[in-house]
Amino acid sequence: MASVTEAPLLAPQSDKKPPRKRGRLVPYWLLLPGILWLLVFFALPMVYQVSTSVQTGSLEEGFKVTWHFQTYWNALADYWPQFLRSVLYAGAATILCLVLGYPLAYLIAFRAGRWRNVVLILVIAPFFTSFLIRTLAWKTILADGGPVVGALNTLHVLDVTNWLGFTSGDRVLATPLAVVCGLTYNFLPFMILPLYTSLERIDGRLHEAAGDLYAKPFTTFRKVTFPLSMPGVVSGTLLTFIPASGDYVNADLLGSTDTRMVGNVIQTQFLRILDYPTAAALSFILMAAILIMVTLYIRKSGTEDLV
Amino acid sequence: MTTDNGGDVRLSGISKTYGSFTAVHPLDLTVPEGSFFALLGASGCGKTTTLRMIAGLEEPSSGTVFLGDQEVTHLPPYKRPVNTVFQSYALFPHLDIFENVAFGLRRRGIKSVKKQVEDMLELVQLGEQARKKPHQLSGGQQQRVAVARALINHPKVLLLDEPLGALDLKLRRQMQLELKRIQTEVGITFVHVTHDQEEAMTMADTVAVMNAGRVEQLGAPADLYENPQTTFVANFLGTSNLIEAAVDGKDGDDIVLAAGGGKLVLPQARCSAPTTTGGKVLVGVRPEKISLTHIDDAGEIPGGRNRITGRIADSSFIGVSTQYVIDSAVCPEFEVYSQNIDRDARLTPGAEVVLHWSPAHTFGLDAAQDIDAGVETVEEEAA
Amino acid sequence: MAFVRWFKRNLVVIGGLLTLGYLLLPNVVVTVFSFNKPKGRFNYEWQQFSLDAWRDPCGVADMCGSLSISLQIAVWATIGATILGTMIAFALVRYRFRARGAVNSLIFLPMAMPEVVMAASLLTLFLNLGAQLGFWTILIAHIMFCLSFVVTAVKARVMSMDPRLEQAAQDLYAGPVQTFLRVTLPIAAPGIAAGALLAFALSFDDFIITNFNAGSTVTFPMFVWGSAQRGTPVQINVIGTAMFIVAVLFVLAGMVISNRRNKQKA
Repeated sequence: MASVTEAPLLAPQSDKKPPRKRGRLVPYWLLLPGILWLLVFFALPMVYQVSTSVQTGSLEEGFKVTWHFQTYWNALADYWPQFLRSVLYAGAATILCLVLGYPLAYLIAFRAGRWRNVVLILVIAPFFTSFLIRTLAWKTILADGGPVVGALNTLHVLDVTNWLGFTSGDRVLATPLAVVCGLTYNFLPFMILPLYTSLERIDGRLHEAAGDLYAKPFTTFRKVTFPLSMPGVVSGTLLTFIPASGDYVNADLLGSTDTRMVGNVIQTQFLRILDYPTAAALSFILMAAILIMVTLYIRKSGTEDLV
Repeated sequence: MTTDNGGDVRLSGISKTYGSFTAVHPLDLTVPEGSFFALLGASGCGKTTTLRMIAGLEEPSSGTVFLGDQEVTHLPPYKRPVNTVFQSYALFPHLDIFENVAFGLRRRGIKSVKKQVEDMLELVQLGEQARKKPHQLSGGQQQRVAVARALINHPKVLLLDEPLGALDLKLRRQMQLELKRIQTEVGITFVHVTHDQEEAMTMADTVAVMNAGRVEQLGAPADLYENPQTTFVANFLGTSNLIEAAVDGKDGDDIVLAAGGGKLVLPQARCSAPTTTGGKVLVGVRPEKISLTHIDDAGEIPGGRNRITGRIADSSFIGVSTQYVIDSAVCPEFEVYSQNIDRDARLTPGAEVVLHWSPAHTFGLDAAQDIDAGVETVEEEAA
Repeated sequence: MAFVRWFKRNLVVIGGLLTLGYLLLPNVVVTVFSFNKPKGRFNYEWQQFSLDAWRDPCGVADMCGSLSISLQIAVWATIGATILGTMIAFALVRYRFRARGAVNSLIFLPMAMPEVVMAASLLTLFLNLGAQLGFWTILIAHIMFCLSFVVTAVKARVMSMDPRLEQAAQDLYAGPVQTFLRVTLPIAAPGIAAGALLAFALSFDDFIITNFNAGSTVTFPMFVWGSAQRGTPVQINVIGTAMFIVAVLFVLAGMVISNRRNKQKA
């Protein structure tokens, strides 16, 4: 139908100028304020950031553009562990979100029946409380000597995670495990909602058809349900991984100096040390890395039109 | 308003192109006031585009549109005294039935709409449903709301874009009669777009058959059916048996043709093609005009009729009639519909038969055309 | 055996409910600890039941002030982002124009960018321009990152809208303005409302971008962040719990009303 509405603008003009003009400029006027806003406060800052990253100087004498690319090498040399941690923690949290979120999304889409709306509201409800307050609650939940840590200890889970280097001793707080746990918790709804949206679109009769054609339940899932939910998986993993990789709140509140991620470094450089060039360079590297990863990922998964 | 031909729709040379694609070739068409006019054609033939140009929803690439004596070519839809019943109705989902029907009146600044709306809802027998929302009505009821919403404005012309397409067969029949009744009652010009040839023939006084952006033929339904001018019309309206034949000579007002060794007679008046001796002509005859006689009884066939011999390939019993497919040397898959009055038990697949019909039921077409134009295929039907 | 079969069949449900528990556990903790009477400055360990914080929610210095700033910013950011975003969404769905691809990318990129990158780059802009950081810079930033989400929400709704409805309105003597006000806007309203709600939630809860561009202005999330360093007053939990309850009641009321309306009409 879109082609029909848009058709008048495609039509070639007749020789005689028609007295009626179908507002050719209307879309531009509609776009102007919002796009201008994004250009000035989103795109332009990116330019300023690049320019800042190649400046040298000090806060007292002011910064000048000197095309000092050395800042990038220094930043990478100094902070590669934080970069690596960002990718690892965000990656782990994304996988955990997928593993934890899929059953819940499936439950809402196919098994919740008349409880569907209630469960959906319960998934969104935590959003209504400030995420910082909820993240702080994990400090209580994972407290040293608390019931969760006690249970993990009794079940020898901590022995395994200690061996893997995710925890140390009897503690969960201030370890990578706590940070990943916090990241997973914070971004789980961003995984569940797109998954649910794409699962909900699947015709329930497809499950019956697969069963009718001799597919066992798990085979049905593997061959029918999961492939059809791929758009949800792709957008869910992106919506989880991207914010998680730049997050510094979880690493700060639940982690220690050994769990600092690149977000923490950018924040400290920008707001405490006031080394703007290094901070801008780090931020630019993070942005470029994310953009490259996202582009490759979208190419590979063959999904277009994410907006 | 004067007594001029106020409800005439006159299209002169209008065309519509999208980029390099021509949806409607320059077209001249006059729809007389008070008539029920149908634009008939397969999807994509340009009939809806033509309708939308009358409505003002589409601007013609060339040509002019007149309503009566008023030129409206470049008037926006909301300034034209024309209303449309849209495909799938386009009822406003956020307004109830009453407000849907009152919409046009209110936009024209009419304050007291209650009486008019109630009368109109009575006309379409929906008085009880005034405060319901569109989605609470059945398809047929929604359709009537769409008609009421347009008619209440007393347009000079009512445009109907596939108005019955979303209804099931039985309801469609019912609504065809209903729309015809309303049209007779209000006397407004109706221009009806449809791809259903039966619907067009049942309802309209005049039918224009469109194909690939052009009007193939225009006329009263019976005229179009009995005397098609092109293979497209012959095949699209009902079914036709078309036989390729060579012109042998003339016999008074008749043309004598040779086809597959046999001789066929065609009245000159019923031939739309140029006929020079030796030239080719397509001879057509409708399946229900043909009589079947078993070869053993061939002697009983009266003289002066066109005859072809063949063998029954297939027969299907429909109830009121039996449909036969007959293979003959002249034309493969000849179709014959035979009324079930006295059934001849010998007419089973494999039987040798003589097909015969009156020359007056024969029509002739230009052989330069595609013989299968307008034949519906399975894929088209599904689309 | 029967149990094993039951367990196998309901494995997905059990897994889903466990995840739901994981999602809701912190809210339970927040609520329970709003009735705590902690010993030190931090409210991380359960001591004894008390209603003190609920009796005096604004008893902590600056907290309610920061809450009010956050609310003001959220309201203005919602209004700004909803208007600008709705306009863009309409342009994208209803019109054909040049540079469509570029516009789409510009809408998509803010959503595909870690917050810290947007925060840092926006700060470099403000620093370079010598802008005074505070209420206005926060508002500018919030409108910027809420915009894309509004566009997405409204676009989805407008796209699913039959363009014939607008044509029908035009056919029934409604001019462009009337068509927009009487037909387009009411039908697009749920999408616009969804976009606005999302913008409000995002703005109210934003910490990272705000933290970079706030100067000395303190919003509620920034207050919570600061208190994680200085000491967490119980009142934080009271606000968190109250917000949760209000929002859930809001949603439930909406569901009840729409249910009743549907029943009346049926």
